[in-house]
Amino acid sequence: MNVELIDIHKHFGSVRANSGIDLKILPGTIHGILGENGAGKSTLMKVLAGFIPKTRGTILLDGSEVGYSSPEGALRHGIGMLYQDPLDFPPLSVLENFMAGQVRGATMGTEVHRARLLELCTGLGFKLDPDVPAGRLTVGERQQLELARLLSSGARVLILDEPTTGISGLQKEVLFSALKSIARGGRSIVLVSHKLEDIEALCDEITVLREGIVTGTMERPFSTQALLSMMFGSEPSPAIRSGHEPGAQALYLDNVSAPGGRAGLAECTVHVSRGEVIGLAGLEGSGQEVFLRIAAGLIRPHRGRVHVGRRDMTGRGYHAFQSLGVAFQPASRLEEGLIRGLTVTEHCALGEGGGQFMVQWDTAEQDARDKIRKFQVAGTPDSPVESLSGGNQQRLLLAFLPEEPELLLLENPTRGLDLESVHWVWDHLDAHASRGAAIVFSSSELDEILMVADRVLVFFDGHIIKDERPEDTDALALGRAIAGKM
Amino acid sequence: MQGVDITILLAGIVAGAAPILLATLGETITEKAGIINLSLDGTIILSAMAAFAAAVTTGSLLAGFAAGAAVGASIAAAVALFSLRLGLSQVAVGFVLTLMTKDLAYFLGTSYARMEGPLAGPMPVPVLSKIPFLGPVLFSHSLPVTFSMVMILASWWYLYRTPSGLKIRCVGENPDGAYARGIDPDRVQLFYAVAGGLLVGVAGAAFSLCVKPGWGQPQGCEGSGWIALALVIFGGWHPVKAAVGAYLFSFLQVMSIYLQAWWPDVPAQVFQVAPFPLMIFILVLISVAQRETVMRAARNHPALRAIIQTLSGKAPAALGRQKKGTG
Ligand SMILES: Nc1ncnc2c1ncn2[C@@H]1O[C@H](COP(=O)(O)OP(=O)(O)O)[C@@H](O)[C@H]1O
Ligand SMILES: [Mg+2]
Repeated sequence: MNVELIDIHKHFGSVRANSGIDLKILPGTIHGILGENGAGKSTLMKVLAGFIPKTRGTILLDGSEVGYSSPEGALRHGIGMLYQDPLDFPPLSVLENFMAGQVRGATMGTEVHRARLLELCTGLGFKLDPDVPAGRLTVGERQQLELARLLSSGARVLILDEPTTGISGLQKEVLFSALKSIARGGRSIVLVSHKLEDIEALCDEITVLREGIVTGTMERPFSTQALLSMMFGSEPSPAIRSGHEPGAQALYLDNVSAPGGRAGLAECTVHVSRGEVIGLAGLEGSGQEVFLRIAAGLIRPHRGRVHVGRRDMTGRGYHAFQSLGVAFQPASRLEEGLIRGLTVTEHCALGEGGGQFMVQWDTAEQDARDKIRKFQVAGTPDSPVESLSGGNQQRLLLAFLPEEPELLLLENPTRGLDLESVHWVWDHLDAHASRGAAIVFSSSELDEILMVADRVLVFFDGHIIKDERPEDTDALALGRAIAGKM
Repeated sequence: MQGVDITILLAGIVAGAAPILLATLGETITEKAGIINLSLDGTIILSAMAAFAAAVTTGSLLAGFAAGAAVGASIAAAVALFSLRLGLSQVAVGFVLTLMTKDLAYFLGTSYARMEGPLAGPMPVPVLSKIPFLGPVLFSHSLPVTFSMVMILASWWYLYRTPSGLKIRCVGENPDGAYARGIDPDRVQLFYAVAGGLLVGVAGAAFSLCVKPGWGQPQGCEGSGWIALALVIFGGWHPVKAAVGAYLFSFLQVMSIYLQAWWPDVPAQVFQVAPFPLMIFILVLISVAQRETVMRAARNHPALRAIIQTLSGKAPAALGRQKKGTG
C-alpha cells in the first residue's frame, strides 16, 4: 500500500509537535523515521495510526484521501502501530493479549487463535508461550507478541516506534530479520528511532525530523555524516574515555547472593576502586539491577558481605549508605526517581527538607533556578517534572545528586536520550570520576559501555560471567557473553 | 449447648450470603472494567427501600426487584458519567453518593416503615432439590438466592470465557491499550459500571424482599455495602474467590446467631457487630501474608505458599484512574 502524508500539523496547546510534515512510504519497503528525542516522531506516527487526531493535513492511502479518527479506523485501512510505551495488558496471558481486539461476537475461538499465534511466531522466528502472563515477557518478547497481533489483524503498514530501546542484541537480530521478511512479503514497515545505527542497518529510505519538520530524506547508500547533520543541525563531538587511574577501594562485594528481579544475584565478588567507571552489561533483569541496589543498601543480601570504602556495611540501610556518599539513581525516572505531579521547585524543597517546619519556598525556587541554569534543563521552576522530556528529566536527576558523591550507582542513566544528551550526561559524570568518585552504571547500549567504562561486567542469569577492560574486548564478544554464549 | 443441624446451618449461610454476594459480584464486574463505585452502601439501602416500596405499591415482587435494579444502575451510571464526562474523582463522587442515597432512602421510606410487604418465598429447583443433603443446602432457596449462586459461575464465565469479558479486563488494565485495539474504553466502562450497579440494586432488593424482609430505619442491611467493597479486594477481583469471601462473612454472621444463643449473658450487639471487625481482620491478615518477607518465610511450606498464592490477586491497573482532560 502507498502511504502519503501531506502537510501534517499537530499542536498540543502551544507546543507544535509537527508543523507541516510530508512523507511518502512505498509498499514493500522499510522506511526509517530518524530524529532526536522530542523531534515529533511519535506524534506523527500516532496521527498516522489514528491514535490522536491531527490538527490539519491530509493522509492518502493508495492515492485516495482517508479520514479515520481512531486506531480501529486506521487498522481497518491496514495501518497498525507498535507504540513506544507498550500498550498491552501485563496480567493477561500472551494468548489473551493476542486475542484482545481481534475477537468479537459471542465466542472466543481460543484454539483457532492459539494456532494462528503459534503459526505466526514460527514464521517470524519468535518463541512465545501463549499461556504465561504477558508481564513475564521481556520487552523484546512483548514486541514480538504485538507484531504477531498486528499481522494477524490484517495490518499492511506496520509502524514500530523505538522498537530497539531496551531489547538485547540477540532480540534485535530476531526483530530485524522478522521485519525484513515481512517487508519482502509486500507490506510496508515504518521504523522510528533516535538510533542512527539501527535505522541505517535496516532501512531502505530514511526521513529525518527535527523540531517538528522534515530536515531531509535519503536513500541507500546512506551518509552518516549527512544524516547526523540533518538530525542535529551540527555534528556533536564524540566523548572519549578518560582512562582514570584507579585509587583506593570504593566498593567491595564479597561472595554476595540475593533474590530479586528475574534472576537474583548469585555468589558475586567484585572490587571497585575510587575513580573507576564500571559498566554493567546484560539482558534486562540478569542481576544488574539487584547488584546496584545491594551496593546502594536498598536490598539486603542473603549471604555475603558488602563493604563501602573500608567499612563493612552488610545489613545497613540506604540512609547509612547515603551518609558514606553513596548515591543511587534508578532507571525509571518517573516511577522511582522523580515524583509525578510535583514541580522542579517542589523537588528542590523536598531535597532540602531538613529541620525546618515551614517550606522555604523562596530558597527552593532560587535553588531550582540555579539547577536549571547549571544543568541546562529546558524548563522552568514551575514545570511539573512529567512535562519535561526524557533528556531534561535525566539532567534534573543529575542535578539532585549530592555535590561530591563517593560512589555513584546509576541504572541506565542514558536510556532513551539522544546522542547530544548522552554526551552531556557523560561529560558531567566524568567530572565526578576525575575527582575520585567511583561510578557503576548499567546500560543496554554496548557502544556506550565501550565508550566510557574502564571495566565491563557482563551479567547472565544472576552471575557475573565476564569482567574485562574495554580494550581487551569488543561489542561482538560482549554481545555473545550477554546471550550466555562464552 | 444444643446441637447444630449442619444442613440448616449451611442452608442459612447460603441464603444469608445472597445479597452481599450479589453486590460483591456486581462490584467485581464494575471494578474489572476500571471503575470503582464506592457508593455501594448507600446504593444497597436506597434500592432496598425502592424495591420494598415498589413491591408494596404494586403488589408485584418483580416490580420490586426491577425498581431496586433500576436504582442501582442509575447510581452506578452517575459515578461512571461524572468520571468519564467531567473527569471527577470516582472515589469522591462515590463517597458523596453513599451519604446522599442513604439519607434519601430514610427520608423517602418513612411512610413504608414497618409495613407488611410481599416476600420472595422458597422456590425449590425441580429434581435437584431432592438430592439428599445438597438439595436442602443449595437447591431449595428462594429465587434471589438461587440467582446469586448462578451469578457466581455466570460472572466468572462471562469475564474469563467470552470476548466481552476479555474486553472488560483489557479496559480495566489499560484503557489506552484497549483503545489502540479498537475498543471504546468509555463505552465499556459505562456499560459495565451500569451492569454491576444493576446487580448491586438487586442485592438491595434481595435484602428488603427476601433475606431481611421489610423496611425500617435501620433496615438491617446497613454496612453490607462496605463489606462487599472489602470482599472484592479479598477475592482479588476474581468472582469465585470473592464469593468464597461472601460465604465466609455469612458464616461469621450465622455463627454469631448461634453463639448468642449459647452465651445469652453477652450483649446481643457484640455478636451482631463481631463479623465486621473479624472480616476486616481477615483482610489484614491476607494483605500481610502477601508481603514479600512472609512469602519468603513460607518458602519451605508449600501448602501455606499455595494458600497465599491462591488468595493473592492484583487490582486492575487502571482502577479508579481519573480520565485526563480531553485535549
Ligand atoms: N500529549 C502531549 N501533550 C503535550 N505535548 C506533547 C504530547 N505529546 C508530545 N508532546 C510534545 O511534542 C513534542 C514531540 O514529542 P514526540 O512526538 O513524542 O517526540 P519523539 O517521539 O520524536 O521523541 C515534544 O516536545 C513533546 O513534549
Ligand atoms: Mg517518541
